[in-house]
Amino acid sequence: MKLSVNGQTHNVDVEPEMPLLWVLRDELGITGVKYGCGIAQCGACTVHIDGVAVRSCQMRMADLEGEVKTIEGLGTPDALHIVQKAWVDHQVAQCGYCQSGQIMSAASLLDVNDDPSDEEIDAVMSANLCRCGTYPRIRAAVKSAAANLRSA
Amino acid sequence: MGRAAKIARRTFLIGSATIAGGVAFGAYMVSRDPENPLANDLAEGEATFNPWVIIDSEKVTLITPHGDKGQGVVSSQAALIAEELDIEFGQFETSFGEPSPAYWNTAMAEEGVPFKATDEGFTAETMRTVMGSVIKLLGLQGTGGSTSMPDSFVKLREAGATARETLKLAASQKTGLPIDQLKTSNGAVQLPNGSELKYTELAGIAATLDPVKNVPLRDPKAWRLIGKPMERLDIVGKSTGTINYGIDIEVEGMVHASVCVNPRQGGVLNGFDPSAAKTMRGVKDVFEITGGVAVVADNTWRAFNACNAIKYNWGDAPYPAEQADHWKTLTESFSADLLDSTWRNDGDSEAVLASGKIFEAEYRSPYVAHAPLEPLNAIVLVNDNQVEVWTGHQMPRFLQQVVASITGHEQDQVILHNQYMGGSFGHRLEFEHIKQATEIAMKMRGTPVKLTYTREEDFAHDFPRHISMGRGRGKVENGKVIAIDLSLAAPSVISSQMGRLDFTVPGPDSQLAAGAWNNPYKIDNYRMQAYRAPELAPTSSWRSVGAPAAGFFFDSLLDELIHEAGADPMEERIRLMNHDLSRKVLETAAEMSSWGSDLGPNQGRGVAFVESFGVPVAEVVEVTNTDAGIKIDKVYVACDVGTVIDPVNFENLVQGGVVFGLGHAINSEITYSDGKAEQSNYHQHEAMRMYQCPEIIVKGLENGHKIRGIGEPPVPPAAPALANAIFAATGQRLREMPFNKFIEFV
Repeated sequence: MKLSVNGQTHNVDVEPEMPLLWVLRDELGITGVKYGCGIAQCGACTVHIDGVAVRSCQMRMADLEGEVKTIEGLGTPDALHIVQKAWVDHQVAQCGYCQSGQIMSAASLLDVNDDPSDEEIDAVMSANLCRCGTYPRIRAAVKSAAANLRSA
Repeated sequence: MGRAAKIARRTFLIGSATIAGGVAFGAYMVSRDPENPLANDLAEGEATFNPWVIIDSEKVTLITPHGDKGQGVVSSQAALIAEELDIEFGQFETSFGEPSPAYWNTAMAEEGVPFKATDEGFTAETMRTVMGSVIKLLGLQGTGGSTSMPDSFVKLREAGATARETLKLAASQKTGLPIDQLKTSNGAVQLPNGSELKYTELAGIAATLDPVKNVPLRDPKAWRLIGKPMERLDIVGKSTGTINYGIDIEVEGMVHASVCVNPRQGGVLNGFDPSAAKTMRGVKDVFEITGGVAVVADNTWRAFNACNAIKYNWGDAPYPAEQADHWKTLTESFSADLLDSTWRNDGDSEAVLASGKIFEAEYRSPYVAHAPLEPLNAIVLVNDNQVEVWTGHQMPRFLQQVVASITGHEQDQVILHNQYMGGSFGHRLEFEHIKQATEIAMKMRGTPVKLTYTREEDFAHDFPRHISMGRGRGKVENGKVIAIDLSLAAPSVISSQMGRLDFTVPGPDSQLAAGAWNNPYKIDNYRMQAYRAPELAPTSSWRSVGAPAAGFFFDSLLDELIHEAGADPMEERIRLMNHDLSRKVLETAAEMSSWGSDLGPNQGRGVAFVESFGVPVAEVVEVTNTDAGIKIDKVYVACDVGTVIDPVNFENLVQGGVVFGLGHAINSEITYSDGKAEQSNYHQHEAMRMYQCPEIIVKGLENGHKIRGIGEPPVPPAAPALANAIFAATGQRLREMPFNKFIEFV
């Protein structure tokens, strides 16, 4: 099976029902995407497929269509995406395990709406669980990133 | 191991009061410092000054032995060393180091003695010193009990200062300049002519010198890092998916394993049918391990699926199968023969509560899961001469012992590569997954085995927070609280936890009552008794351990009595407070929240105060009773840790602690049916999500003279402050968590 991740094409020989999450992590060694719950409850596995946030633990390989982007494809330590920059500026992470997914969800939200209301931020970001409770900082970082996007 | 260490080794002392029985140690054993583990395999030209600093010609490495499960202690530990070493973030690397007695935790004694943290009298301080000696003899390296900063605050600055002065001595030898003409900054010795010698250039000479000892520490006024906002060393890695957790590690030639162990924890495996699993794609082996079955495969998902395809025949649980019987056990445990300790008995509650109008109430706190987002995992590679382990763990030395006991190696032949942890909340104090990974790796000697739990396996074997029940009585007179009498019954979490390591925990368990007996109120009649219920489901320390239950009972009871008295909840707490630091904390919370000001319709305000791990914390919660349920609007937190290392990280940790305390109080519990936990994933044990998260305003006071940790103390007051606020808004008292069993939340 063919898939394109962060601009690179890969060929994998896996079962059609294997979730994208495990293809990325175990077959391709792309580990920024995390396993947290396996049932789309925590959002740690969030990636973009053609720019839209998707829970990769629920995306069977057989159903995959489109370009996959993981946190590694969003930005890098030397070239941070505007959302990642906001995450660093606000010192959001504690354990950080959920933050790849949080950032991918936020980037997807801001891609379609660069001026979300508090309610819209809460509604979208509530699909991502943070056991450390960094929500106040996530909120602030999303708002900063939105403001930076608007002035960019 | 000397006799004293053997005595100490057999009985675990932390959180219990066995030290009161008296264990004496020779001064020599205690005063002798453990060896510097960095000195064992130094390369030519590589210098180490103490167990925390190692420099070669290429780089400076700072050892941060406390595990980082999200608290940011890699950065805080490094900052303490760097403050005195005169080196900046970005100029050094960090390492968790190898497990070593040199990293014994100097602060664990604080919670291990049966004295209030606010008691700084001679006896209490002496016992802390004795307990500290026991921990040193044990070489007990561990992260927990909010001890990382108290443990590190002095010794890591000393480590930096020692290294700095030795590097100056090296520079003096190299240049012939007197030491008093040398200064240090930016990871280099600065010479009077304006040039500099990098520490890395001095490593070769420094390696030949005896480290300079007894260097005085700098005046806090001169600090350039401590107390100022820092950019955490892990923040970019955690914002770009480039930091590795244990679950992300790949070792060459590694296979993937998963396990399914009897969900009736501690029950046996009667039999299993692996036929369907064995023929599944990628499955390499299926075999029995202690209490369950392991699958080895070429991919994590395939190992998970194969585990699910096995038919299991599980034995019974060694505890009551149904939740109702767990509660029944607690209701029957308030009996004289199970009295663990009378922790406090000021005045004469018995007599005062024998007549007149007596207030009575009963409280409950459920089992709650830790459920860190990174499921438990470990890579183990067994070879003839050594065992390597890659995982994130809070107790590195115990981990070595556990692994060695299975493989037959010596403890020091177990190499732990400790990792950043995707949360813990106490879960990574456990060893079952380590034992299982080791058992599997023993069957596959020479092949690295990565064990990953499914989320469901993680929930089934979470070893949740203990259940607890409180029975409170009290009396008010002339608008004042004059008597409070709280009895509590719970199984001992410390006994359950340490029992899995074959330690016995004789004597009273101070964590049973933590948060209830130690609050520095002066109430005319104040009694607090803890009853030790028989062990039920196995449990483990959950962020703040005893205080989220006992603190909820005590503060709720106090709030009810204040209401009975017709007094103001804040004013009466301040009136009763008998400890300056704590009073200031309450007054600060009152000021921050404009306590007493008018609220909108259907709004309510509640305050709670709980001291845990030596940190007095007051929280004020504001709620609105809306048509859709209770909405938490704001939380104000005031606390005193003596010294705040990094105000930004500090605020983050306090906010996170409040979210943790509130979220679980609202909607989370583990219940047992047929001997199994009924909750298997986050949809049944959700805690807080962003839409419920209030604005949280934090103030960290620095009036205390001892430095304290902030990881746990913000948790316990959250639940009672919320319950008290809901009472203020609705008139409904919530005496049992989770609250959503009784009232709707937005």
